Amino acid sequence: MQVSDIKVGDELPLRDHLASNLSLFLYNAAIWNGHRIHYDETYAKEGEGHPGIVIDGPLQGDWLSQCPMNWVGESGELLNFEYSNRKASVLGETLTSGGKVTEIDLENRLVSVELFIKNEQGEITTPGSATVKFNK
Amino acid sequence: MALLTDEHKAAIGNKSKAVSVEVSRRDIIKYSVATEQQQARFLAGDEAPPLFVFGLFTSVPSLDSYRPDGIPKGGGGGLKLPLKRVMAGGTEFRQHRPIRPGDKLTGSSRITDLYEKEGRTGPLIFTVREFNVTTESGEPVIDEISTTIAR
Repeated sequence: MQVSDIKVGDELPLRDHLASNLSLFLYNAAIWNGHRIHYDETYAKEGEGHPGIVIDGPLQGDWLSQCPMNWVGESGELLNFEYSNRKASVLGETLTSGGKVTEIDLENRLVSVELFIKNEQGEITTPGSATVKFNK
Repeated sequence: MALLTDEHKAAIGNKSKAVSVEVSRRDIIKYSVATEQQQARFLAGDEAPPLFVFGLFTSVPSLDSYRPDGIPKGGGGGLKLPLKRVMAGGTEFRQHRPIRPGDKLTGSSRITDLYEKEGRTGPLIFTVREFNVTTESGEPVIDEISTTIAR
């Protein structure tokens, strides 16, 4: 894939993300995060008033960053990335990441993409954007 | 009602002590597996996914240094906010070069803004931090601006 193949409006592949007790435990262990809302259901509900075990915002940020990286593969690299956690998601929800091309700078081989994570109700829980630089 | 006092606001500009870490391939692999990366270079630990840096500088205090919610006491760079329930808000991220195994990196953060808003469920306090990661020789690796929300 090269920058001349890309058109504004092109969609990035959708991917479903279903966190599990195991994946959240391993993620929080890997980042050394002890916040109990991510593994202690009773505490998450009674202690902080969440409807269930909370899927980490930065984990959703990571999933979102993978969307343009997996799309561009070996053809380029991720230069800039931003995301915003707007709505909490809890264990059991299937989230879907995706995006589309918003701008192309052919001369510098830069492609801007708008990104989202949606929940099963179609609400965007985590919007974001990224700039990818293509090798060719 | 304003929750943030001048004393809180005085924390704007506070810089954390620089922390140095050495990156291991095993830590990259653990992160890549837990985040379900699909690129072979991440799963093999040859290169870290960009957001790997999120947990790289987390403090590792003794177990008796944690609050009942599981967050270390005195976290947040010494900032004591009147609201205690914290959540991640979002991040703006620029990677100058990928993180690789064996890298010796230095990270430091600075509070750049502190403000409050009325949310759907009550008041919210937003803390904005700038976080810079460099090599030992000062070469930039990652610059990040992140927001945490206390409610």
